[in-house]
Amino acid sequence: MNKFILIDDEKLSDEGQTPLGATQLDLERDGDRVLLKPADIERALGWSLKEQGLCRGDVCLAISRGESSDGTSSMDLETLAELLGRPLAIDQQEGVALLGTGIEERVLSLAGGQAPDFELPDLSGRMHRLSDHRGKKVLLIAHASW
Amino acid sequence: MAFDRCADDVREFIERAAPSHPSVIDTEHLVAELYHVVNVPTMIWIDEQGRICRPHDSQFGTDIFTDFHGKLSEPYLDMLRAWVRTGEGALPRDEVDSLRIEPDAASQLARSERALAWWLHGQQRGEAAERHFVRADELAPNDWTIRRGSMPIRGKDPFGPEFFALAEEGKPDYPMEALTPTRKD
Repeated sequence: MNKFILIDDEKLSDEGQTPLGATQLDLERDGDRVLLKPADIERALGWSLKEQGLCRGDVCLAISRGESSDGTSSMDLETLAELLGRPLAIDQQEGVALLGTGIEERVLSLAGGQAPDFELPDLSGRMHRLSDHRGKKVLLIAHASW
Repeated sequence: MAFDRCADDVREFIERAAPSHPSVIDTEHLVAELYHVVNVPTMIWIDEQGRICRPHDSQFGTDIFTDFHGKLSEPYLDMLRAWVRTGEGALPRDEVDSLRIEPDAASQLARSERALAWWLHGQQRGEAAERHFVRADELAPNDWTIRRGSMPIRGKDPFGPEFFALAEEGKPDYPMEALTPTRKD
């Protein structure tokens, strides 16, 4: 077993807050494969492995190609990312991986025409939420010191 | 909002401008991810209903860098004033959709690589971070929030030779930039 950190970058998008949703897990490694037990997947990402597939809330994703479907055996991280349709950045040496936001979800949220909500801190650390300005026109300016 | 490493990176600019509006810091590039922002400055108009009514455009509030980018601030500020007063300049939904740039699988993976790099950097694992900054650059060669925005973190000068080499490749353009009449000539 190896210590491995799995970061769920969507937790950040949902809550609009730092720190990232990083979960430390004890995982088996098989060469470059990182194996997650059902309990790991549930703890880090909130998806549970059931007979009908990988489930969260009302959504179940069917599992094919002989991957774990009895809810007990492990699934490797790459297969899991693919199944979730999410990009995976992984550093084998450091024992850390990050799951980002999938292209389908991003395209869908942009195509809605609605400005995605977010909450960020000002210089003094006070949080501001975009939707607090609903009812007014907002000019959103992205700038940087660089 | 500012894509910077920390509040202190932008403190002097915000304090000098002393804006009456909220001015926030986005160390995790949350807004870059949510809106698919690929450069600064990027302006997006949002109407009273929270709808994007003029998508990503790169414009300026002053003429300090006009010689470099060729855009004048006054026509844009006039447009902004008109929008605030009368709603003029807001675009219908289908035009907003056609004038956006779309993310793709590579750009999403690039944001994930950058996010991992930034996390590793925060853990003082600089060598590992560098591997993923490099990968993010390769995946999103036209995204300056990644390529230029990572320079200060990676010990490079975002106003130095590395930036000018990047600028030689051509800067990322939003479709709106060709339509907003702020060109000097």
